[in-house]
Amino acid sequence: MARKDHNAPKRYIIIAIFLVVASLFLIRLFYIQVISDKYSFLAESNVRRIITQYPPRGVIYDRDGRKMVSNEAAYDLMIIPRQIKDLDTNELCRLIDLDKHSFNIRLKKAKDFSQYKASIFLEQISQRSYGYLQEKLFRFPGFFVQPRTLRQYPYKAAAHLLGYVGEVNQTEIDKDTYYKSGDYIGKSGIEKFYEEYLRGVKGEKIVLVDVFNREKGSFENGRFDKPQVPGLDLVSTLNIDLQVYGEELMRNKRGSVVAIEPSTGEILAMISSPAYDPNLLIGRIRTKNFSLLAADPLKPLFNRATQATYPPGSTFKMINGLVGLEMGVITPQSRFGCSGKGSSPIACSHSHASPLDLVGAIEQSCNPYFWGTFRTTIERGGEGGTNANYTKWREHVMSFGFGGYFESDLPAHSRGNVPSEKYFSKIYGPKGWKAITIRSLSIGQGELLITPLQLANQAVIISNRGWYITPHIVKKVDDRVLEFPRKQTTIKPEYFEPIIVGMYDVFQGSHGTARWHQIEGITACGKTGTVENPHGKDHSLFIAFAPAENPKIAIAVVVENSGFGASWAVPIATLMMEKYLKGEVKRTELEERMKTANLL
Amino acid sequence: MPKPNKNIFQNTDRTILWLYALLVIAGWFNIYAAVYDQNHSSIFDTDVNYGKQLIWIITSSILIFIILMLDAKFFQTFSYPIYALVLLSLVGVIFLGTEISGSKSWFQLGGFSLQPAEFAKMATALAVATYLGNIKRNFENLSTKIIVILLIFIPFVLILAQNETGSALVFGAFIFVLFREGLSGVFLLLGLAAAILFVLTLLFHKFIVIALIAAILLVFYYFARKKKPKIMLFIALFTVCSGFVYSVDYAFEEVLQPHQKTRINVLLGKETDLRGAGYNVHQSLIAIGSGGFWGKGYLNGTQTKFNYVPEQSTDFIFCTVGEEWGFIGSLFVIGAYIFLLIRIIQLAERQRSSFSRIYGYSVASILFVHFAINIGMTIGLMPVIGIPLPFFSYGGSSLWGFTILLFIFIKLDSHRLDLI
Repeated sequence: MARKDHNAPKRYIIIAIFLVVASLFLIRLFYIQVISDKYSFLAESNVRRIITQYPPRGVIYDRDGRKMVSNEAAYDLMIIPRQIKDLDTNELCRLIDLDKHSFNIRLKKAKDFSQYKASIFLEQISQRSYGYLQEKLFRFPGFFVQPRTLRQYPYKAAAHLLGYVGEVNQTEIDKDTYYKSGDYIGKSGIEKFYEEYLRGVKGEKIVLVDVFNREKGSFENGRFDKPQVPGLDLVSTLNIDLQVYGEELMRNKRGSVVAIEPSTGEILAMISSPAYDPNLLIGRIRTKNFSLLAADPLKPLFNRATQATYPPGSTFKMINGLVGLEMGVITPQSRFGCSGKGSSPIACSHSHASPLDLVGAIEQSCNPYFWGTFRTTIERGGEGGTNANYTKWREHVMSFGFGGYFESDLPAHSRGNVPSEKYFSKIYGPKGWKAITIRSLSIGQGELLITPLQLANQAVIISNRGWYITPHIVKKVDDRVLEFPRKQTTIKPEYFEPIIVGMYDVFQGSHGTARWHQIEGITACGKTGTVENPHGKDHSLFIAFAPAENPKIAIAVVVENSGFGASWAVPIATLMMEKYLKGEVKRTELEERMKTANLL
Repeated sequence: MPKPNKNIFQNTDRTILWLYALLVIAGWFNIYAAVYDQNHSSIFDTDVNYGKQLIWIITSSILIFIILMLDAKFFQTFSYPIYALVLLSLVGVIFLGTEISGSKSWFQLGGFSLQPAEFAKMATALAVATYLGNIKRNFENLSTKIIVILLIFIPFVLILAQNETGSALVFGAFIFVLFREGLSGVFLLLGLAAAILFVLTLLFHKFIVIALIAAILLVFYYFARKKKPKIMLFIALFTVCSGFVYSVDYAFEEVLQPHQKTRINVLLGKETDLRGAGYNVHQSLIAIGSGGFWGKGYLNGTQTKFNYVPEQSTDFIFCTVGEEWGFIGSLFVIGAYIFLLIRIIQLAERQRSSFSRIYGYSVASILFVHFAINIGMTIGLMPVIGIPLPFFSYGGSSLWGFTILLFIFIKLDSHRLDLI
């Protein structure tokens, strides 16, 4: 038998210690499990990941259903700094082909943005890198890949019109709460104007992820997911073949070509040269290429077709004629004498029979005729005198769309300039000027400035005998046909007849300035222009429409510093019309000469 | 002489048997939940932890049969050889063992590995019980004390040498046994005071702590007017305490390895290192804390299922309980352990042989220290010390070790009425 055990009561102390520890545990557990909700919140943020689903951006087709802009899969490497664990920087750098320095810069940027929220670490990793990365991504907690779409331009043309897509900046985020940092947005052209249709609606998927960032299924069977809505496809008014052809003709020249379907206002082609390949402004290469293009002295980013302004020169003579007819100061039969190069105050560039009527004056581009018309218009007397007559003249001119913006879907465009009465009164004093003071306007020179787009629209108006539909570049969004405003000029339709006949004779007449460039089987109407340029050789201008009896295409061509209108602008315009109306060009020798000419 | 037992479970304590079965089975279900993967859900797959654990449970049952069939005297008779054998294997593993995550404590035999440290607790308990249980020993003797301390200290040092700090610390459990067998309560109080001073030293500057000690001693001295204690005693106390504070400070700065320092600092809230050392505890707290009152339901714990908690089928198994079964489940598990511990103490006290009693106390103390450190760690009340939760955690060596430890006592208890 054991000796008397006086230590036996110590069992209660030991049991008490057990109970105290267990009670401490239970108090602690009650606190963290029942009282505090901090841990439930942290548990949720641990496992829930909201994945933004970027819908495919709408595709852009040309008027005949050819894909001009399509999508290509790309992958952004995303980062959630808080979740990074045991990061093997060297290995990741190797996988995504990034040097350590820029890696650290990007890491810091992401951390500065947010520890908890996902941001783009590296945009648009290549398909090849993605392949490697996908296999090993689980070893890099805190990183995941977000599929995106990149734009692709199969035709390498129409860069100015289509515009480009880039990451949103802070201003854009502030303006529209739809955008979050890292989203893409149309930055210019169609991409910008139709952004809301093209972008679709972003979706949201809530997934559960494990500690290695691997998806483990949806949260509550996707009850809180938001489906993505794909962007809407657009049908453009462009004929991409004609666009490509125009860009080829204009290669190594400065200038623009704008072709419009007169009955609809649909822009068939709009070339600004020098152009650039839209594929240069995609994805990661965009920033670098953009600076290169921006620094190019030839200004390829500048859209001459809508932003450059030129004096219209002789192409403006029709407008002066029309205003004269409308204001009743001339009739088609009115004649003004011309002494050729000796004419005063405005000389004529060449000798021709005199006096000419309106039709002949257009055919032969007689300067004194339109000076006469302009003078009689401005100095016809009546209430208000010169100033009032000029204001009236200006109203008529501006009804052609000159000096104003189009309510259109076009990229940034200038409005040109039709000087106001106030402008002259300020310079010369309210009574200090007469027609002779501003005589340059009679032949489209002086303060008058128009864009190639306005010039093409002028051809549209003449071919339509007084009206136009606002020129535009998109005709359908999804299946919905877009409508653009129809505008009426202040000129009565019958006054256009002699003008059209004159323009017809420019090609068909025995003295026509474009008679050497008739298109076989097509009767075209046109008008040349040569614009004096203080900075160098004259600009060569031409407007035309064809066929004369039922116009399908109206066109304006400007070739900067190329000399006489008929030498460059006319052949290019006729080749474009031949291409569009016939489908192929027979004058291959001329075509070749235009394509290869270098006027830079 | 009682007639030989036909039934090996005769006279065994049913309460403990049921609690054992309950904890092992509950443990297995929680291991299943911790490893659970919808694509891979066969219970019997032996490639994954829950499948392996099933094998350990079955082999443990075989061990139980063997222990219950052995003669009750076997354990006392062979306690020293068992102790010697285990010590030998503890030495052997240092030279022949396989290194697994920084500790050289495993014998690897094919796909099968054993950790001798898990058996050292049982062997030490047997040796201490045999030595102290000898009727000729008197715990009052200094030599007795020294020999007992040595019996505990040798395996402690050998396990420490394997870099298994956690398992080694468990040998501290024997302080309860010694306390029960005659060690003065002052040592327990000293232990407590040392722990408090330890924490204070780490939290505050050493001079502040020393000033605090001085202040407390002065207040005591001032109020103990009636029977003025000797002033020298107070000075001695002050000197000892200050020396302790200094040595803790020194040990912390110079002796501890950086990762151990960080673990302690994280626990004390001096560092918040959620990426490194604090990660485990932080995630463990999230898992348990998000369980709420009723839990998220079996197999519905997102934190454990998606592997946010590291080591979740072994050291952090309690996270699964906390997350999926909530406060109710935690209460149940903690209750079961406390019930088991108290029951073992009760049984120990009814033993007629000192050997059985001391062994019983050893079992209770070892299980308690494991319980306290393991659960304390998962809820952020203890530093991260990687030791398993008895019967619950995944692991063959630990389940075998605890099973043998407990069932030797059950066997001894079933023979408590035999003549000594």
